[in-house]
Amino acid sequence: MAIIDSRHAARQLIYERVFRSATLAAAILVLLILGGVALSLLRGAWPALSHFGFGFVTREIWNPVTDEYGALAPIYGTVVTSLIAMLLAVPTGFGIALFLTELCPPVLKRSIGTAVELLAAVPSIIFGIWGLFVLAPLLQRHVQPWLIDHIGPIPMIGKLFQGPPFGIGVLTAGVVLAVMVLPFIAATMRDVFDTVPPMLKESGYGLGATTWEVIWHVVVPHSRVGMLGGIMLGLGRALGETMAVTFVIGNAHRISTSLLAPGTTISSSIANEFTEAVGDLYTSSLIALGLLLFLITFAVIAIAQAMLRRLERRALSPL
Amino acid sequence: MNRRQIRKARNGVFLALSVAATLVGLACLAAILWTLVSNGIAGLSSRVFTEMTPPPGSEGGLLNALYGSAVMTLLGICMGSPIGMLAGTYLAEYGRTSRLSTVIRFINDILLSAPSIIIGLFIYEILVVRMGHFSAIAGAVALAVIAIPVSLRTTEDMLNLVPSGMKDASAALGAYPWRTVVSVVYPAARSGIVTGLLLAIARISGETAPLLFTALNDQFWSTKLTAPMANLPVVIFQFALSPYKDWQQLAWAGALIITVTILVLSVSARIILSLMQTSGGSKS
Repeated sequence: MAIIDSRHAARQLIYERVFRSATLAAAILVLLILGGVALSLLRGAWPALSHFGFGFVTREIWNPVTDEYGALAPIYGTVVTSLIAMLLAVPTGFGIALFLTELCPPVLKRSIGTAVELLAAVPSIIFGIWGLFVLAPLLQRHVQPWLIDHIGPIPMIGKLFQGPPFGIGVLTAGVVLAVMVLPFIAATMRDVFDTVPPMLKESGYGLGATTWEVIWHVVVPHSRVGMLGGIMLGLGRALGETMAVTFVIGNAHRISTSLLAPGTTISSSIANEFTEAVGDLYTSSLIALGLLLFLITFAVIAIAQAMLRRLERRALSPL
Repeated sequence: MNRRQIRKARNGVFLALSVAATLVGLACLAAILWTLVSNGIAGLSSRVFTEMTPPPGSEGGLLNALYGSAVMTLLGICMGSPIGMLAGTYLAEYGRTSRLSTVIRFINDILLSAPSIIIGLFIYEILVVRMGHFSAIAGAVALAVIAIPVSLRTTEDMLNLVPSGMKDASAALGAYPWRTVVSVVYPAARSGIVTGLLLAIARISGETAPLLFTALNDQFWSTKLTAPMANLPVVIFQFALSPYKDWQQLAWAGALIITVTILVLSVSARIILSLMQTSGGSKS
């Protein structure tokens, strides 16, 4: 019969310890990476932050000649382009998710779902080159003149649509971003809608509700947290997206009231200027921009994950 | 109109809007693919695969960039994937619901959606500044850092799909957990792990921003890992924004090559996954 070889057993135990430690070390490395990112950015940003103080985030000036830097214009550009993207992508993503979960014939469900997910796999540089050569001329010729003529004269909001149609600019960047984050928002919302128990929906139909009424009064209230999580996840992407924006934003360090004017974002400033930056303060200011972006996206993504996790837990417990 | 008609009309309007939204999404995908194919095919020739990136105004190809991209992607995967897989194994098999695992999962999901340009700056700070110059190895490390969370997530998900009965059977034979993982769980989750690998490759092979500050670019053929190296995304970025027609043409060809590669990788990952699900279903 089997003889228990004590040397063999001891060796097995050593293997076990080694394997377990290796997996644990790899898992802890994930934590170290995030910590390392935060620390190295802080260290790189320190010269700029200590030199400019809090004024770094409140000043618009960005002048490599006099070595004066302020982050207000990139922050403004990042926020505005992301807002435009969300305004366009959230309703569209919501529509796609609804179509996929409630309306789509089962035959098409899978292929359209895959197509939307493939859109998410296209690298951002492709969106950038598409935005520059296809979307920007299209907006310049057909959409922006219309906006200038029809919305430009309206008081208040008209200010957003004045000036020459450059093609590239804040608005175009927002539109490209919208196309980029659309698949993320649509896919997350679809997954969230799929977690609504069929019984709830059928109760709605049983009471004689129309499809839209079931969606609006049953599916949406039930999925509120998850939808917000999906939107925040898309926002996180939009805020940090680099290449797609860099191609079409125009890289101008100023804040213009008009959305048609060129601007800049945090990530596109870094991408455009980092390798050309001469002088420690210039480089450090760009890294400080990176630190700001890191803090903003970290907060947004953390909130998104917390919301989606809450939903996951609820989906596991019966109702 | 009575109430019923209003309700029906409202239903019709919103459902039509939903269909329209889907059509917009699909139209975007079609438009992007169409531009890529129509512009890219024109630039594709045997030269693209046999010649180096040209100076402005003359003809050339993308050979050095293709080589650089392949090398850095491969190195990045070889460094990042094993770490991600081991960490995913820890979460699925050892840590499970412990507090540490919950924190790691949370942090990993944040890294998964963190802007890649931040990772580029991070590697710039810890490698490029220390070495004093841009290098291919720094680019590969940046790509590895991006691959880790992708690989971790898919590994954990795939290992969780392995029926616990199989693990229990192995444990009942007296196997240590590592033996169970290596001899039972990994083989059972093999196709899932391959899927994760493909997705990770797809994810990092189009990354541009992190390479800008790490590998940078090189106009010539270079195989030195400690020197800057040409790579497809950065060449596309540089060439597309240039005023030269030849360069723009090459940028389109490069964009087509990258996109086709990534779409093929993603689609095969999906096919493997669906094959696995159907065979897994018949087994149980």
